[in-house]
Amino acid sequence: MTFAVVAEGLRKRYGGTWAVDGFDLAVPEGTVCGLLGPNGAGKTTVVRMLTTLLRPDGGRAAVAGHDVVRQAAQVRSRMGLVGQSAAVDEVLSARQNLVMFGRLSHLGLTRARSRAEELLERFDLAETGGKPVKQFSGGMRRRLDLAVSMILSPPVLFLDEPTAGLDPRGRNEVWEAVRALVATGCTALLTTQYLEEADQLADRISIMDTGKVIAEGTPGELKSALGGDRVEVVLHDAADLPAAAGLVERATGAEPSLDPDTRRVGAPVREKAAALAELARLLEAAGLAVEDIGVRRPTLDEVFLHLTGDARDPRKEVAA
Amino acid sequence: MTTVTAEVPYGPITRLRWAVADGWTMTLRILAHWARQPGQVAVGLLFPVMIVLMFGYLFGGGMAVPGGGDYREFLMPGMFAISMLFGIEATFTAVAADAAKGVTDRFRSMPVARSAVVVGRCVADMLNAALGLAVLILCGLAVGWRWHDGWGRAAAAIGLLLLLRLAFLWVGIHLGLVVGSPDAVVAVQILVWPVGFLSNAFVWTDTMPGWLAAVAEWNPLAATVTAARELFGNPTGGGSWIAEHATLMAVVWPLALIAIFFPLAVRRYARLDR
Repeated sequence: MTFAVVAEGLRKRYGGTWAVDGFDLAVPEGTVCGLLGPNGAGKTTVVRMLTTLLRPDGGRAAVAGHDVVRQAAQVRSRMGLVGQSAAVDEVLSARQNLVMFGRLSHLGLTRARSRAEELLERFDLAETGGKPVKQFSGGMRRRLDLAVSMILSPPVLFLDEPTAGLDPRGRNEVWEAVRALVATGCTALLTTQYLEEADQLADRISIMDTGKVIAEGTPGELKSALGGDRVEVVLHDAADLPAAAGLVERATGAEPSLDPDTRRVGAPVREKAAALAELARLLEAAGLAVEDIGVRRPTLDEVFLHLTGDARDPRKEVAA
Repeated sequence: MTTVTAEVPYGPITRLRWAVADGWTMTLRILAHWARQPGQVAVGLLFPVMIVLMFGYLFGGGMAVPGGGDYREFLMPGMFAISMLFGIEATFTAVAADAAKGVTDRFRSMPVARSAVVVGRCVADMLNAALGLAVLILCGLAVGWRWHDGWGRAAAAIGLLLLLRLAFLWVGIHLGLVVGSPDAVVAVQILVWPVGFLSNAFVWTDTMPGWLAAVAEWNPLAATVTAARELFGNPTGGGSWIAEHATLMAVVWPLALIAIFFPLAVRRYARLDR
């Protein structure tokens, strides 16, 4: 297997602290890797090192087979960068931006112009191509970002929080565009704070905290490590908790957990739709007053609590 | 969708050709900015004209002129040099804004010649300076200023003024890269005014206390002002060593500034990856 992105023991220090401290990653060619982590985990610092914008203080990394420090020029001509690390020119129009970046990619004026038209069409920006980027919506701007990074059809694409600050519609637009790019066979490294985004787009996910990768796997593997989805019921009256717990166990076949303070009872589920329907029917039949019922996906917070909590929470040390 | 792949420059000739092409593309980018923001450009060109009118007519009556000549004859070469100094603000703001908005990072993430961003800024700002100087010369002619010693010496004066702008350009690029935030232009504006006023641009140094006159005459701006007055054949005044060697110093000062700030700016740009 060939790897489009490889990092071994990558480190970067800011002041006295290591923002990235022993980062390892290997992304096979033609796949999408999601790099998931909270603010300050070091995701952007990693992307900036891999895209030659920042010089590592230790370790090594290669993109498309070229070392990011010693062969920076080769790396730059083989990768595209989208997101918070790189911007487009806000005064110029989308068309002017594409022609300028095309010329800077040494396409020559004629080819740069025809490439610009092609990309405007493909990213659905042809009608607004003459307006200054300042007037663009967040989603349009990010699509232009993607178009600019695709001028040279790069084999490797870095997407640094590509949907940060976008509304759901803009997020969907960007997801569509990214899926279309990945379908053409390029390799992508995507950083995000949203589990759902990594779930939607990535083949494999690496979870990052305090400068290093703390877990790695397919979205499915990581979810099952967490116990997957949960069904939860909030009751009107805490006295009904034991009765409801029995029904939850019947519907899910799993051991329910109770929280009297919030009058909540829940359990992990596999067939979530069937379990939810069954539970609703049982609660109805038993005549229990329910304030809320639903299926919840694990949140990123829970991923972190699960992955890092054992070591940090003294109460769990005995069990571990 | 077609697939387009990049070439990597082989050999020094191709690299040089690309460096020139990239520098020119960056210049065109800045010219396109001006075409999209003509108001901003007009303000930049007309602001010095306003100062000429203010000083030439509002304050001019109270000014002593060497040899008792016309104050506007004395003022215009000073104003030409001041407008070169104002250029620092424009350069600083543009460089800092690019750094703050991440456009500079986009350029750095592409196979673009490393010199291109700075070269483009340099060429475009020098074009702007030449245009600004042309507007100000027309303004001078309109208010009664003339050059008296022929086209050749007048052209030499303009050359010295543009050399001064080139020196300030590198100061502006360096400061813009160091600060990296366009909001700090306020601080630059606060510094530019005293540097401009603490010279012989507006006021004959003989009317100042001795120590202040010395400071004003050793201001890098002052050498260019005096040299331009001599070459245009306008009233100069003075008699100190520095005033007697103004033309020499009008070359030495800018070259010294370039010798300091050009390497600093290049180093700063190369070290954006630290």
